[in-house]
Amino acid sequence: MSDEFKVDLKLDLKGLACPLPVVRVSKAIKDIPLGGVIEAVATDPGALADFPAWAKTSGNEILKTERSGAELKFYIKRVK
Amino acid sequence: MSEATVGNAGVVPAEEKPDKASIVVMSGDLDKVMGSFIIATAAAAAGMEVTMFFTFWGLRALKKNVPTGRTFFGRLLGLMYGGDITRCNPSKFSFCGLGRWMFNRMMKRHNVPDLAELRRMAIDLGVKLYACQMSMDVMEFPREALIDELTDVVGAAFFVSEAAESSFSLFI
Repeated sequence: MSDEFKVDLKLDLKGLACPLPVVRVSKAIKDIPLGGVIEAVATDPGALADFPAWAKTSGNEILKTERSGAELKFYIKRVK
Repeated sequence: MSEATVGNAGVVPAEEKPDKASIVVMSGDLDKVMGSFIIATAAAAAGMEVTMFFTFWGLRALKKNVPTGRTFFGRLLGLMYGGDITRCNPSKFSFCGLGRWMFNRMMKRHNVPDLAELRRMAIDLGVKLYACQMSMDVMEFPREALIDELTDVVGAAFFVSEAAESSFSLFI
């Protein structure tokens, strides 16, 4: 369903535990332009709370969160 | 929300100075050192400046696996203390090293990075690692006994000034 947003980068964070998903996204987001979008797939249930919190602190934006089974898909927009 | 906006006027409030976090790591326990590095890396990942101040048992997190000590007691401490960050024992269920082995196995199984990897990640994210001068003197750990990535050796007043500028400060 990534046709909703233009995705600049896809990240596979499946199997990674706290704090790795957030650390990986924070590094990867520097590689996309401002306004760009990362599609990140994680399986850590904690990511559901951690990504919005990270976005708030870092000044970025979670556009959408999708859940299918154990997989959590985040669309993260680089604002800063 | 326009992508082309210069600066961030009208999008989010402008913040000139990055947020700062400061953490005292007093403990050398596996679980507490792990928690410290996890919080530090999460804060750094969110764009915060992070200062970690390692004191007393916490120095283990910065120590190399080398013999230390000048005096009799210093050398004795060096012998009993032994090892580096990989020798951190859990604060509970230590069982003379068995607990460490068990926790490390369980962490690996659940894809949690080990302490050395967490420390590497913190360094890569720009977390500043400071060692306590006084603890190093008491324990007879020279600068060479600590990792090269150490930012500096400092005193309590340094930490206090860092903490005073921080939006949160932890003692672990």
